[in-house]
Amino acid sequence: MNSQLADRKFIIMGIVAFIGIVYMFRLFYLQLIDDSLKLDAKNQAFRYVTQYPPRGYIFDRKGKLLVYNDAAYDLMVLPKQVKDIDTMELCRILDIDRQSFIHRMKKAIEKPNSPRKPSIFEKQISAETYAALQEKLYRLKGFYVQSRTLRKYPFPIAAHLLGYVGEVDKTITDANLYYKEGDYIGISGMEKSYEEELRGKKGVRIMMVDVHNREKGSYMNGIYDTLSVPGEGLTCTLDRDLQIYGEQLLQNKIGSVVAIEPSTGEILALVTSPSYDPNLLVGRARSKNYAKLALDTLAVPLFNRALMATYPPGSTFKLIDALIAQNEGVLSPETSYPCARGYPPLGGKPKCHPHFSPIALYESISHSCNSYYSYVFKSIIDNKKYHSTVEGFEAWRNYALSFGIGRKLNSDLPNELRGSLPTVNYYNKVFGKGAWKSSTIISLGIGQAELGITPLQNANAVTIIANRGYYYIPHIVKAINNNPNDPKLKRFKEKHYTLVTDTTYFNNVIRGMAFTVENGTAASVKIKDIPTCAKTGTAQNPHGKDHSVFVAFAPKDNPKIAVAVLVENAGFGSTWAAPIASLMIEKYIRGYITRPDMEKRMLEGNLIKNVIKEQTKEQNTD
Amino acid sequence: MPISSRNTKQIFANVDLITIGLYLLLVLIGWGNIYAAVYNEDHQNIFDISQKYGKQMLWIVTALVIAIIILIIDAEFYTAFAFPIYAIAILSLLLVLAVGKEVKGSKSWIYFGNTGVQPAEFAKFTVGLALAKFLSRMNIKMTDLSTKIYSGIIIVLPMLIIIMQHETGVALVFSAYIFVLYREGLSGNFLLLGVSAIILFIVSLLFNKYYVITGLGVLALIAFLLVKKKRNTILIIIVSFILTGGIVFGTDYAFQKLEGYQKTRINVFLGKETDKNKTGYNVNQAKIAIGSGGFLGKGYLEGTQTKFDFVPEQDTDFIFCTVGEEWGFVGSTAIIMLFVTLIIRIIFMAERQRSSFSRIYGYGVASIFFFHLMINVGMTIGLAPVIGIPLPFFSYGGSSLWSFTILLFVFIKLDSNRLLVFR
Repeated sequence: MNSQLADRKFIIMGIVAFIGIVYMFRLFYLQLIDDSLKLDAKNQAFRYVTQYPPRGYIFDRKGKLLVYNDAAYDLMVLPKQVKDIDTMELCRILDIDRQSFIHRMKKAIEKPNSPRKPSIFEKQISAETYAALQEKLYRLKGFYVQSRTLRKYPFPIAAHLLGYVGEVDKTITDANLYYKEGDYIGISGMEKSYEEELRGKKGVRIMMVDVHNREKGSYMNGIYDTLSVPGEGLTCTLDRDLQIYGEQLLQNKIGSVVAIEPSTGEILALVTSPSYDPNLLVGRARSKNYAKLALDTLAVPLFNRALMATYPPGSTFKLIDALIAQNEGVLSPETSYPCARGYPPLGGKPKCHPHFSPIALYESISHSCNSYYSYVFKSIIDNKKYHSTVEGFEAWRNYALSFGIGRKLNSDLPNELRGSLPTVNYYNKVFGKGAWKSSTIISLGIGQAELGITPLQNANAVTIIANRGYYYIPHIVKAINNNPNDPKLKRFKEKHYTLVTDTTYFNNVIRGMAFTVENGTAASVKIKDIPTCAKTGTAQNPHGKDHSVFVAFAPKDNPKIAVAVLVENAGFGSTWAAPIASLMIEKYIRGYITRPDMEKRMLEGNLIKNVIKEQTKEQNTD
Repeated sequence: MPISSRNTKQIFANVDLITIGLYLLLVLIGWGNIYAAVYNEDHQNIFDISQKYGKQMLWIVTALVIAIIILIIDAEFYTAFAFPIYAIAILSLLLVLAVGKEVKGSKSWIYFGNTGVQPAEFAKFTVGLALAKFLSRMNIKMTDLSTKIYSGIIIVLPMLIIIMQHETGVALVFSAYIFVLYREGLSGNFLLLGVSAIILFIVSLLFNKYYVITGLGVLALIAFLLVKKKRNTILIIIVSFILTGGIVFGTDYAFQKLEGYQKTRINVFLGKETDKNKTGYNVNQAKIAIGSGGFLGKGYLEGTQTKFDFVPEQDTDFIFCTVGEEWGFVGSTAIIMLFVTLIIRIIFMAERQRSSFSRIYGYGVASIFFFHLMINVGMTIGLAPVIGIPLPFFSYGGSSLWSFTILLFVFIKLDSNRLLVFR
């Protein structure tokens, strides 16, 4: 009996060992197999705080600040952790009502958000609100503050060029894994084209939090953290002072100014008017202000005319005709044509203004003779070496393309337009195959009809002339992170030649352009001691008063600046566009203005009233 | 009476060094673990007695003093005074019920100044002594009904008082003494009966009671068809059916009588309720903490779940979570193995006693440790319902450390005199 009972020790030991083994198996399962528990642990004890890098600053060509950053704070919420909070208190600090609180919480929980992922509860809270909030934050389980940066502009200039930054939307987050909801991205201008350089690289800091949502320091002393990399600074090609001056000159006018440094292709100023203060499209007020600007259909301040508006180049195109014709061997400085206040072969059409006749190349430029360039255009198209109008036209067209007309220049600014350069097919469609000849399309020769170029393309064309035959792609960034040889800028270091190869032809045209300022159509804007070469133009406007066009560069030798100016509804090129271009040149080269009267007239001139009056009239009659 | 060096030698002669070694190991690991569980960068000194780990150090030192005193006292003392000690324990339990302070809904603490003592903890070893004293009498047979009744009273009496103190968890510990009775000759059917009662209890909570009754009826029918149709067997089948049916209905009734939190704990354990905020939260957090430990753990003091208060009671009832989180599978199984080794060692020692008293007491010690281990670790890994009892030597607190020390060292003392026969 007793020995039998003693055997029971084995049963009891067995039970003990059995429980021990069962528990070890259970631990094996929990600790080595069930991964969801580890995930849960991370989710509750870690807070992955995104470290937003400061966006890169933008400086002008002389290192003056154009864009910098301002601190802002986002209040984040992690709905799963929100527990027993004082809703009233939070609402009071943020100045929102209960309804709004519930709405925001719902939004944070529902798809595409998730209770396990942090969402922005309140964007860009002010410093005061942040201070008030920080005191209470420890009681607001599930809420925390994330610091962000906002763009800030010391001068309200170059809004279109610099562009703006906005929050990513779903299409972006779906397409690019780098972006997460709540991130910012460059939406237009340089902010868009240099997004990758400017944005830097986000980092993650793993913070440990306790059950009360209090941060308990960084996990493992931060060895798993990734540091954010600040965005790279951009050195812009703009000259801040010139840009400011250009914007002042264009105030109360509709139009644009593009100034390029010919020796580099760097854009010195890119003015479009009407414009807006870039500070308006920052932060919380952005969408409201954007809507306001977008609704302004009369001034259209969001429209970047310098890149996106196409106008007939008008007489400024005659320069290119003259170059093509010389290269084709159908024009020399001695070539002269008659003018009878118009083009005689077609009964005085296109019309011309009164001047002596016949007229030779230099004077044809300085006096902008329409008849002369109708002859020139005809001589190019009907050149004996081509067997048909079509062939001659194709030749002319290819020359025009080589001057950057009718195609994108591939600059570093988004939304550049191609403009319009008609094709053979187009004319075949309009007039019928073989049913058109040089006289049908004669007004192309004086830069009218279907021809449409942007102010940037026009400025680039002048640059080519200033350089006697080549250009660098016009661009807005000079250096990335102070490195002018950044690979992304490599394509701006390459010379592009036109089909016109002989510099003599360019010098002939330049001579005519110099005459223009000496005693021609732009004699009124001659600048003392700065030999300037220019061409006036008038772009026909079927909707109202013609647009005033002017292209120029200076000095004649070793040009420092090439400018194209277009002022809408301002009549002849010499009245508004020429003085503005001339003042820009003087400002840039001399640094100050010697003609205060002209400056005053330009600064005070208000053309926008007329335009709006006309547009309203037109809209009413439509 | 000064203790001479020769006497000292005699006092410590024959003490089981393996057990003492295991004890010291567990106590020291436990201390380090409490330090990790409540680790606080502002108070990094483990000896800082303003912190729990500092206090635990004091409890350990005093526990060692108590252990030495127990070893010094003559072994005969425990046999001679087994019943008086038991009586004192019962009286103090009643005293607490009368004058004790109510803390968190239970009335089980007596305060001496700032220090609270929980007599229920100490009652455990007195039951062991009393049971040993009673069962080691000459001509006591476990098979006798009277023996069963008297042993039952010795065990159940403190349980009842403790239940009245609203410390159901502590009271349940006493049921571990069934192993002692089993070793002393109680029919194995009682163990099976206990296990089947628990299973039946769970089943009747999980399923509709009428389905369960139907199931039992089917079982009875099958049994009826299989066995030889004798009067006795048929009677047994009928009686068992009525009894089990009674348990099913009784369970339902008893369950309704339980307190809300107890119902919730049981329901959470059975997976019928997902109370993510209270009980369910605790168990879930405990599992998360242990699970996140992985194979080797996060490293000492690197735990995040326990240290940052996600796991409630992380220094007392849920202390095992810190082990699991910081030491991983390797560490937690090592601790379980240490405990299993200790318990088996105690059983082994109990079996080598010449005196029944020492053997019975030894089994009591093993049973108590086993029950604590099973329930405490079980609840943190979701294999046992949440019953608030400490993990021996690991959970923070003086009362529990002292009571386990006394429990164990009385046996070590008895074992050191294993050649004697106590009456």
